[in-house]
Amino acid sequence: MFPSQFTYHRAASVAEAVELLNGNEGAKLLAGGHSLLPMMKLRLASPPTLVDIGQVAELKGVSADGDGVRIGALTTHAEIAGSALVQERAPVLAEAASRVGDPAVRNRGTIGGNVAHGDPQSDLPTVLTALGATINAAGQNGERGIAAADFFTGLLENALDDGEIVTSVSVPGVASGAGTAYVKFSHPASRYSVVGAAAIVSVANGVCSSASVVVGGVESTPTRAASVEAALAGSGVGADALAAAASAVSGDFQGDAMGDVYASSEYRQAMAGVYVRRALEAAVARGG
Amino acid sequence: MSVPVEITINGRVFSGEVEPRQLLVHFIRENAGLTGTKVGCDTSQCGTCTVQLDGAIAKSCTVLAVQASGSTVNTIEGLSDGVDLHPLQEAFWNKHGLQCGFCTPGMIMASEELLRNNPSPSREEIRHALEGNICRCTGYQNIVSAVEEAAGAMGGS
Ligand SMILES: Cc1cc2nc3c(=O)[nH]c(=O)nc-3n(C[C@H](O)[C@H](O)[C@H](O)COP(=O)(O)OP(=O)(O)OC[C@H]3O[C@@H](n4cnc5c(N)ncnc54)[C@H](O)[C@@H]3O)c2cc1C
Ligand code: FES
Ligand code: FES
Repeated sequence: MFPSQFTYHRAASVAEAVELLNGNEGAKLLAGGHSLLPMMKLRLASPPTLVDIGQVAELKGVSADGDGVRIGALTTHAEIAGSALVQERAPVLAEAASRVGDPAVRNRGTIGGNVAHGDPQSDLPTVLTALGATINAAGQNGERGIAAADFFTGLLENALDDGEIVTSVSVPGVASGAGTAYVKFSHPASRYSVVGAAAIVSVANGVCSSASVVVGGVESTPTRAASVEAALAGSGVGADALAAAASAVSGDFQGDAMGDVYASSEYRQAMAGVYVRRALEAAVARGG
Repeated sequence: MSVPVEITINGRVFSGEVEPRQLLVHFIRENAGLTGTKVGCDTSQCGTCTVQLDGAIAKSCTVLAVQASGSTVNTIEGLSDGVDLHPLQEAFWNKHGLQCGFCTPGMIMASEELLRNNPSPSREEIRHALEGNICRCTGYQNIVSAVEEAAGAMGGS
């Protein structure tokens, strides 16, 4: 399978990428190519121009940022999973990155491409929403930060303006003592998440003092499990309490749960309860 | 419109003018004439097109040749010196790690990366590392055993 024809440009800097993107009608950025090229081969996308940012050095790497981390848009899943800084400050992100696809996909796919693509079956949008991360973007009108909770606006849709590119993702450090976990139900062929659940839980004196719980794979954008968080607030963290809180997730889906030949929307919603429970159990066990 | 591409494959420089939409796997097979690397699913899932791109495994059906211009690629043909088999090739033979052999080039390139990073993997770690490589024949048991044996032969356990 071949993509349809396009013109190719390789950008050397963010400024050049922004210029090329704005100067060519319908142009698309090419990062790791592991979402865009499969779509182009199936002719689900046929951009007339590709702007390859794969060699833009200023978009690569992880650095400390206050008590959190700043991750360049071109940083691969493998680099995030292997980063000591991410493992220490936002371990749930390293855990999710280590579960993306398979080793070859993790070597090529990037965090910028992953969030910009906005596939509901992706892992990073779920975790970045749970962490309260900020997506940093640059365009012709300068730079701005967009909260992850506002960034994912629909199926393969995001809050970027035309001609804007993701430059990095700022991730706040997880509070000390909080336990975190990301668990997923991998599709057996592609390894994409059928359902993924991220949990960040703090416990004080045997009682949950704060919780952030987000589910991916069920609706077109990450679902904040507000009912689960409310059930956890001030509750105990024994197995029964966590199971009861997790079952509240069914109240958080707004009726646009997705289904396909592999997993119906009913099945995904049922599994969401199971995976939220597992995420809560793992997060509580790791905290302290 | 064609674009110039120059890729070092198994230590030899291959250059040419290609359409931007040409995939790396076709550059390897058609321009460089190295047909050990296979095309299976063509949808990024089976891993039989796995090569090492600048030292890290990649599915060459999901990379444009022009994206890889300036890079170094290693394929299954580069693994042995032409006389002695690489320990992984030897072990796949000994342990019956292949039947039709279609998945084998990708399996071996992915296993080589694993053993470079983790010389003594457990069976579980081997399975995890080969998650992106699908085999329709063997049932995987002998592939895992072959990688285990190669690890031993290469000084790990
Ligand atoms: C077999 C397979 C299994 C996979 N499994 C998983 C999985 O389990 N979990 C998961 O999360 N993902 C999975 N993926 C997707 C993978 O993580 C992709 O690599 C990722 O979603 C996209 O990143 P990329 O760098 O490859 O982006 P590309 O494919 O290059 O780009 C994707 C989109 O984002 C745009 N874009 C890229 N970079 C930027 C930027 N900096 N700013 C603005 N727009 C940009 C592009 O124009 C394009 O529209 C899988 C992919 C494959 C092929
Ligand atoms: S042919 Fe490339 S992954 Fe199957
Ligand atoms: S040996 Fe036939 S596909 Fe693996």
